[in-house]
Amino acid sequence: MRESISKPIQRVDGSAKISGEAKYIGDMHFENMLFAKTLRSSRVKAKIKSIIKPELPEGYFIVDKDDVPGVNRMRTVVSDHPLFAEDNVEYIGQPILLVVGPERETIYDIITHISIVYDDLEPLYTLEEAEVKSSVFTDYHYDKGEPDKAFAVAVTIIEDEYHTGYQEHVYLEPQGMAAEYRDDTMFVYGSMQCPFYAEGALTEALGWDAKRIRVIQTVTGGAFGGKEEFPSLTACQVAVAALKTKRPVTLIYDRDEDIICSTKRHPSIVRYKAALNQNNDVIALDVDVLLDAGAYNGLSPVVLQRAIFSVTGVYNYLHLKVRGRNFMTNNVPSGAYRGFGAPQTIFGTEMLMHNIALKIGVDPLDYKMRHMLRRGDPTCTGGKIRDIVKLPEIITRVTEMSDYRNKVQNNVKYKGIGASLFLHGCGFTGNGEQTIQGKIILKKSGENVILKVSSTEMGQGAETVLRKIVAYSLDLPIEKVLCEAADTGLVPDSGPTVASRTTMIVGGLLRQACLELKEHWDEAEEFEVSRSYKHPDFLNWDNDTFQGDAYPVYSWGANVAEVEIDPVTYEINVKKISAVYDVGMPIDETTLRGQMQGGIVQGVGWATIEVMTTDKGKLIQKNLTDYKVPTSMDIPKIDCEFVSNPYEFGPFGAKCAGELPFVGAPPAVAAAVSNALNVPIYSIPMTPEDLMEMDSHEN
Amino acid sequence: MKIEFVLNNKSQIIEVDPARRLLDILREDFGLTGVKEGCGEGECGACVVLMDGKAVNSCLVPAGNIVGKSIVTLESFKKTERYKMIESCFLEAGSVQCGFCTPGIVMATESLLNENPNPTEKEIKEGLSGNLCRCTGYNMIFKGIHLAAKRGKGLW
Repeated sequence: MRESISKPIQRVDGSAKISGEAKYIGDMHFENMLFAKTLRSSRVKAKIKSIIKPELPEGYFIVDKDDVPGVNRMRTVVSDHPLFAEDNVEYIGQPILLVVGPERETIYDIITHISIVYDDLEPLYTLEEAEVKSSVFTDYHYDKGEPDKAFAVAVTIIEDEYHTGYQEHVYLEPQGMAAEYRDDTMFVYGSMQCPFYAEGALTEALGWDAKRIRVIQTVTGGAFGGKEEFPSLTACQVAVAALKTKRPVTLIYDRDEDIICSTKRHPSIVRYKAALNQNNDVIALDVDVLLDAGAYNGLSPVVLQRAIFSVTGVYNYLHLKVRGRNFMTNNVPSGAYRGFGAPQTIFGTEMLMHNIALKIGVDPLDYKMRHMLRRGDPTCTGGKIRDIVKLPEIITRVTEMSDYRNKVQNNVKYKGIGASLFLHGCGFTGNGEQTIQGKIILKKSGENVILKVSSTEMGQGAETVLRKIVAYSLDLPIEKVLCEAADTGLVPDSGPTVASRTTMIVGGLLRQACLELKEHWDEAEEFEVSRSYKHPDFLNWDNDTFQGDAYPVYSWGANVAEVEIDPVTYEINVKKISAVYDVGMPIDETTLRGQMQGGIVQGVGWATIEVMTTDKGKLIQKNLTDYKVPTSMDIPKIDCEFVSNPYEFGPFGAKCAGELPFVGAPPAVAAAVSNALNVPIYSIPMTPEDLMEMDSHEN
Repeated sequence: MKIEFVLNNKSQIIEVDPARRLLDILREDFGLTGVKEGCGEGECGACVVLMDGKAVNSCLVPAGNIVGKSIVTLESFKKTERYKMIESCFLEAGSVQCGFCTPGIVMATESLLNENPNPTEKEIKEGLSGNLCRCTGYNMIFKGIHLAAKRGKGLW
């Protein structure tokens, strides 16, 4: 009998990365390669009247909308972003054309000599302005119970509004893509999460059959959602350039360019009306979620869906009225980022519960515990919580680890402690998994097994975890389980590497295939088995009414944050985060801990120092000097534990994990800051300036 | 201008614009792609190399400043016993995720342990304060360095 699958093994990609041998896209060289650089809009919103181009030296090219053989749009949920600007530009940084050639200095020189004549148009700078002007991309609604009646009988009605800011991914490796046209096939290489998203986008842009397109993921230096849909844009641009120049073309962003033009976490406003009964318990919520989608909608509708389906957090409110809207502004497009809309609404709901508790004079954690979901309860969309909810056990453990009960009663000014409770829906939202129908292949080849999936390793440990699932299922050493390259020409479409779905969904398919492979193991030296995703019969979802099970199952957690605030500078020092999670079963404890710790620190960053704002459509923080992410000096001590709660349909009982820690940390830190200064918190990031002002009002 | 320097223990004479970044010389002229560019402005530390034994951001060092200096990159450092210790401890501690910051962190670790073979937690944090990592949240990197210092007694 083998040891528990949770016992850590060494990462399969560790040595190549530590030694610097791993080849990222910027490390790759193609014969006769040309470089590309993007000329971008300097205007917030304008009509392009004319583009005056200099005479190009031999071997240099300009690639623009007229060179796109297919559709000049990036294919995603809403395919509205032009690959290259047409008549108008809608945000600062929007790509207009590429200059391509052999020498970078010459390319930069050509770019400075291209002049664009604009006719400025009236832009929309902020979410608030967009709301006033009804500049709405998407407008969703759903109800639960009888919210109007509940509000009519409410003893107290509390209204609050919560704000969250932009967040930049700061994957350490900036975006990069290369394309090579040979053998009547377009080969596209790059840093990305979802090779088949890029392939789909390329079929539209080139107007070609997918058979003539191969997308190959290179070692990817972090992504966090930032390399979900955005690489489809650069993939199409380099492919068009390679087609025009008949030479390999590479497009690597430097950091400043990456920050200016790549997608970010959606800034949000979430407005609540809470109906309280005579016991001060929340019986109904009316929630209005507003996201700044930026200039193009892209995949923002799906982000909005997760935002509005996460709006009740871990609580069972009997009556609900929920509205969610994506607004069009002339800001850089927002997009996928770890948590995908959930962090915004979980923050709002956690702080709402915290602030109501303060108003009525009850400990916030106790108040939250009065409302928690239990097994058998309906979800906000009328689905069902089918599995046991281990929050009581999680809360007991996290309060012991942090000594919460004692500390919260004896807090002194400028030192605070606060708790958050949270969940994350595992896998795609709604009928996403049914639509994608992820497929995997397992191949026996002599003594080895080769797994073929399109799930990508981007740092999160997917390759280690998936190989481990197969190795343990077949009782093979991990060295005998190999992983095919994430190359659309070699692997089936297992779905994108997003939504914390890889371990649970793709790992689950691999585990099923292993059972079949094992059964026939001795029958041949070489054979393949495959599996496609089938939605369990007990799950129902209506995507028109938003009724049913938005997610098959949830992962859960609780955090306790402890902070100290400098009484002079008002800087927040997050001293410690205690965290307990239910992710079903850990597949590899070290890999999982890495996800949890990294997710917590990104969440702490978003809540505190990661300030990103715009002024009249222009990002104020546009490099790593202005935009601060946590350094080794900024991080808390982290104590992290797991409770076991195996999920019947997950491989070895595993559920989702990667986004969960991000969702939980910000409200815990905000609750601790609230406790330290004795003020309610309505907005993150919490800047020293804001805290100083709040504290002076308090005094 | 003609520049003479030592790269990975070998003397080199190159003809180069004195303003050219050491980072580009290493990556483009010598193909040493273990040196990564994460920001180009000295904030992230992905391009850290050793210059006369001290960790520097190669994106901030112009060619004119390397005259007569000894530059060591990961490509040469990885042949040492010290590297092997760091590698095995990083693997065990889960210090690596996406790996893009890792080469710079390995070089910063060498520089730290070279100066201080028994660093405290606080000294490890300070030693890494010039290296950004967005994946791990740092704690598991500290653990890897702590392990390397403990097990590598006598190597530094």
